[in-house]
Formats: sequence, structure tokens, C-alpha cells
Amino acid sequence: METTTTTETKQKVYFDLTTSPHLHSKWSTKKVMWFVNLALAPTIAAALAFFGIYQALIMLTAIAFAVGTEAAIQSIRKKQVTWFDGSAALTGLLLALTLPPNFSLSATAIGSVVAIGLGKQIFGGLGYNIFNPALVGRAFLQAAFPVQITTWMKPNFAVDGITSATPLAALKFDKVFTETTPMILGNIGGSLGETSAIAVLLGGIFLIAVGIVNWRIPLSMILGMIIFGGIFWLINPQYPTPIFHILAGSFLFGAMFMATDWVTSPITNKGMWVFGLGISLVLVIIRIYGGLPEGVMYSILFMNGFVPLINKYTVPRTFGAVKENKK
Amino acid sequence: MSIGTFRGGVHPPEFKELTENCAFETIPNPEEIILPVSQHLGKDATPQVKKGDDVITGQLVAKAEGFISAPVHTSVAGKVLSLGKEITPTGFPKDAIVIKTNGTLEGERFRLSPLDPETITPDEIRARVAEAGIVGQGGAAFPTYVKLSPPKDKIIEVVILNGCECEPYLTRDYRFMIERPDDLISGLKLIMKALGVKRGVIGIEDNKPEAIKLLSDKILGETGLEVVALKTKYPQGAEKMLIKAVTGKEVPPGKLPMDVGAVIQNIGTAVAIHDAVVKGEVLTIAALTVSGKGIKVPKNLLVPVGTPIQNVIDFCGGVTEDAVKIVVGGPMMGVSQFDLHAPVMKATSGILVLTKEEITENPETPCLRCGQCVGACPLNLMPTKLSRYSQLQRYEDAEGADITVCMECGTCAYTCPANIPLVQWIRLGKQKVLEMQKERAAVTQ
Repeated sequence: METTTTTETKQKVYFDLTTSPHLHSKWSTKKVMWFVNLALAPTIAAALAFFGIYQALIMLTAIAFAVGTEAAIQSIRKKQVTWFDGSAALTGLLLALTLPPNFSLSATAIGSVVAIGLGKQIFGGLGYNIFNPALVGRAFLQAAFPVQITTWMKPNFAVDGITSATPLAALKFDKVFTETTPMILGNIGGSLGETSAIAVLLGGIFLIAVGIVNWRIPLSMILGMIIFGGIFWLINPQYPTPIFHILAGSFLFGAMFMATDWVTSPITNKGMWVFGLGISLVLVIIRIYGGLPEGVMYSILFMNGFVPLINKYTVPRTFGAVKENKK
Repeated sequence: MSIGTFRGGVHPPEFKELTENCAFETIPNPEEIILPVSQHLGKDATPQVKKGDDVITGQLVAKAEGFISAPVHTSVAGKVLSLGKEITPTGFPKDAIVIKTNGTLEGERFRLSPLDPETITPDEIRARVAEAGIVGQGGAAFPTYVKLSPPKDKIIEVVILNGCECEPYLTRDYRFMIERPDDLISGLKLIMKALGVKRGVIGIEDNKPEAIKLLSDKILGETGLEVVALKTKYPQGAEKMLIKAVTGKEVPPGKLPMDVGAVIQNIGTAVAIHDAVVKGEVLTIAALTVSGKGIKVPKNLLVPVGTPIQNVIDFCGGVTEDAVKIVVGGPMMGVSQFDLHAPVMKATSGILVLTKEEITENPETPCLRCGQCVGACPLNLMPTKLSRYSQLQRYEDAEGADITVCMECGTCAYTCPANIPLVQWIRLGKQKVLEMQKERAAVTQ
């Protein structure tokens, strides 16, 4: 027995030869992507509850066309088809959740094709894009279908008196403030994903807890909103309060699921603060001075463009190094 | 008792439960031992024996040469079989003395004369540590007497005993703390005496509460000694991280712990110093953990230096069917083995047999720019950037981004969800940059 063990080990001299570390965390690209998809479950549930079963069709259409576009482009370019890694599905799902509840399926499909084609694959695929692909898709739809994308329907449990307009639109065009409680629960007009603050937060907190979302980005956005939104509100109380800014529209959805997209956000801790504060500053300006009531999409895309620069100027100080001005 | 730590790091699964309750066992002498003449940094030791010579246990077989060198003593009695190149756990063949065990000489044993730790002088401690061939037991195998002889202009304020053992699986230092607390405290006092230092700290990660309690009780009433509980986090046991956690000071790039007034010694080293001074023992035994899901019976062992890895594995019942990798050292920084004839060295801290399930290899994907590696790097480097520079052979950019500061702890590669071999690329780039710097220095001279 003893001798057989010895010969067995001796025969197995071709053990795996790789350099350290020999352990690896349990995360993989695929696993991370499916976890983010999973974290959207409460938001999906809220969308279905408030706006009905048609919303499932929007989401499925968006996912199917996103994944299909990814596979098609990768096969044409003779690259490995990675449609099952969950990233294309995630882009489709995120795009669907930024759309109005009664958005047409054909336009949804176009949005998905643009998101993957122009937002992601044209740059070289996963990891190489500069702008958040889902938002690129949505930005295209905003330009192509301006009326449809700003037409809202009433949520299922709406009490009389609450219009179908989003709280931001109601404020901008009718000077009507929406109460806080419906905004937290989601009983308000808006995009599929932005309706329920609490569902978005649940998913976001889950992602922070498992270590996928870096808390610095959502926190800096919220702090930024309190600071910049607060300044405007103090100057003129006619402007919305910071709380309203945070709960209304897709601010939280953007803070948890869009701005935190790994590929298009900074890699340094300091950079994440700059990025989050920047988004809120741009957003407050758009919401208060812009022609449209909402501006989360534009402010995130705008700051996406600054990410390489932010990374460059927020390189952490090497451990033990004396502070010096690096050129 | 404060919970000190550093910024960054990761929390790999610990797997300490496999061996933490296994007391040290002594392995029988193998038939043959292989003693590489370089078991330290610096110049090879010079062999003092020829083929056919008889040796007794503890006898000097290779003399230290130059500054950063240590002598080698045989761990068994027997006959010198050959002098030549033999494979070592680093993967490279090195000059080594092979000795065939001879039972008839077993009884005799070479010892140095015991010294009184109360009356011993700092110079005598240094001389004894050098003579006994003690090297750092943490893995780098830096000759210990060199660390005990800082230049006159460096003022040392604190000696820190490194009881972190932050590498998963390893429980060797823990066993020393549990089984030989008095000896390691005695060793710590000798180190402090050699350096003329008043403050001695034992830093232990808080996943070893029993060791923390036991040692805290032992030093009760002693002036200058303290036990510090540290956060369990990899790489808490790295010198720079440990100093930061204990003193709050950062060792600047390219500088040594002594530049901030600290000297770090491994737990096992302190025990070896005690044995050398009090018992007159030269360093011929390596204490190590044999663990991993691929070994039949995980153990903590006292192994004669020079014993082939194969013998150690056989003593632990051999490997399981699904074993795929054998590593010498810890899983984060250890070296995978292809020839189990390679010997256990003085500084070998563990032999791990890992299964496929433990090493979870995921396919490599493009960088997702998630920043996990940047957040985790304990030295505040940008691993993703350094790795990219290395791949693109942009070595000057890599140098500018402090690639040479990297201590290769592997935290970045561990944490990368895209499974990019970050530290492996950085290691390559670092080597190229160091070569480049050497060439540059040669040109200016």
C-alpha cells in the first residue's frame, strides 16, 4: 500500500505548474454579471406589479436583441462568442428598465441593437467601451423617439389625483410637488426601473454587500446631490429639496446600477468620489436649467467621458512614498 | 490591545482548521538528504566536506561566505554521497551536498556550548545566531544575524515578532505560539538584547484568539513586552504591512524596516534563536505545515532540513486522487513543484497539496476596469496598469509607476474577477525594470 502511494505520486510529476497565487477569489466575469442581473430582481418585480405584464415583453425583447446583436457581431468578426457571459443580457435588461412602461417593442429592439453595437462592440467588446452601453442605447432612443420616450402611463395602484407624469415633469411643467411616500414605494409615473426607490435600493445594497458595487460611487452621488441640490434649494426654495432630487426620476437607479458599471467608472478610490460628485453636479444643472425634466442619463454619459482623465489624475500615493508632484 | 491593520488586502478562505490542532510530530530521518549550500540570500556557502566523508548530526558542512550568507549543517549522520547540482523548491538546480544516512553514527551529535541568556552580550548573541546558521523562517531566508546588526546610524526602537501567519493553510507559527510560548518569548528577549531595544511586540492576527490569550498571560508583568491583536487580512504578515499596523509608520519605497526604527522577526526564528543560545543547537530542523485537501493526513511536522518533499508527503499518507498541484510555502506566495525530489529547506514553512476544487481556475477575460486590484493592493499600486505596461513591454512607464515597489504578494491576481494573471505579469515587468536599472548603473560608472 505504502509503495503504491509512492509510485502514484511519482507518476504524477506533471502537477499543475503555475506561479503564485495558487488561490483565486470565487468571482469570475460571468458570475459577477449574473449577480448584477439577479440584483435587479426587486426592480423587475416592482415594474411588473406597478405596470403589468406587458413590461415583461419589453424586458425580454431588450435582452433577446442585446444578446443576439452581441453574438452576431462577434461571429462576423470571427471572435469568440461570449453571449452567455451575462454582460449583453445585463445591458438589455438595464436598457429596458430605463424605458417608459408603454414603450413600443420595435423601438426597444432598435435601442438594444444600438446599445450593443454602438455602445459596446464598436469599441472592441466587453471591457473596452468608454460609455455605458445601456445609456448609449437609451440616448439614441431619446433622439429617435422623443415623444414616445416621454409619454408615461399611470401606475396600477395610483390614487386619484396622481397624474401619469413623472414627479420631475410634474414639477418642471406644472409646478406640482409629489409626496415622498409614493416616490419611495414606486406608486408614481416613470420608467420601469425608476419607479420604486425601495426596490432599487434593495438590489443596490445587495451588490454593495457582496462587494461588486463600490459604495463610494452611490454615496458620493448622494452626497453630491445633498450639497449641490442643497445649495440651489437654499438659494431659492422654489427649487426641489435634495430629498426630492434623490427620490425622483432615475437618480437612485443611476447611482446603483448605471454609474457603478465597472467598465465605464474610475478604478481609483479617489476617482470614484470625483466621478460621483461630478455626476450630481451636472445632474442638478440639467434638472434646473435644462429643457428636459430629467438628466441622469446625460450626466452619467458626460462623466463617463472624463473617466480616463480622472484615472490619470487620481493615482494613489505609493505606500511609504513621500508626497511629490508627479508630472 | 488594539486591532491594528493596513489599507487594502483581501480575505482568502483560511483553511486553518485542517491543521491548527495538530501538534508538531517529528518525521523519521530519510535515507538521503539534499543540502543546498545556498539556503539564504547572498553568496553560496563553501562546502567543508568531500565525497566519502563521514559526518555527524549538526556538523558544519558548508561555511558562510561574504556578508549575507549563512552556514549549513547536516541534519542527519552519515556519509557524503556527492557534491553537485540538485533541484531545489525554487525550481532551479543549485549546488548541494547529498548525504546518505548511516544508522551507526546516529548517537553522536554536534552541539555548540549552551550560553546563559541572562549574562550573554549582544555581540555573543549575534555570533551565536551566525554560527548556528539561522535564517529568517518567514520564507525569504534572510540571514538573521544581519538583521541583528544594523548600521550604527540606524536607531532601532521596536522589535516586532511576526505572528500573523496570514497565508491560508499554514499553522506552523500558531503551533509554536501554543506549544513553545516561553521559548519564543525568551527568543524575543534575546533579539531585543542584541539590538538594545526596550520595546518588543508580538503581532498576532485575531483569528488566533488562543495564541493571543496565552502569550498575553505569559508576558503579564514584563516591562516592554506587548501582544498586539491585528485584523485577519492577507497580507497582514508582510513586513511593511505589519509595521504600519503596529507603529503607524510607512516604510518608504526602497527602504528597509530599520529605516523607520523597526526590526521584524518571524515566530520560528525567535524559537530557533532561543534553541541556539540556550541549548546550543544549530539550525537543522524545519518546522512546517503539510496541508491542503489533496493530502491524506494533514500535519504539522518537524523535518530534518534536506528531506525530500516526497518523504514528507509519504509520511502524511500520500496524496488523494484529485490532487493537482503541490506547493512549497503558502498558497498566495508559494512555488509549485515539478520534482518531489527537491528538499525541504531551512525556511520552508509549508508543503501544500491542492485539489482542482481549491484552486478554482476561471477563464481569463478582458480587464473589466473594476478597480478591485487597485482597491486591494496593500502598497497602493495600480496592478492593472503595471500589468498592462509589462504586457506591452513599456518598461519605462512601468518604472515610473513604481513597479519595483511591488512585493508580489499576489493580492491583485487573487481578487481579479477577470482572472488576469496580474502579479505574474508584474513580476516579469519588475525583473526587466531591475535589469534595466542595473545596466543604467553600469553605464554611469
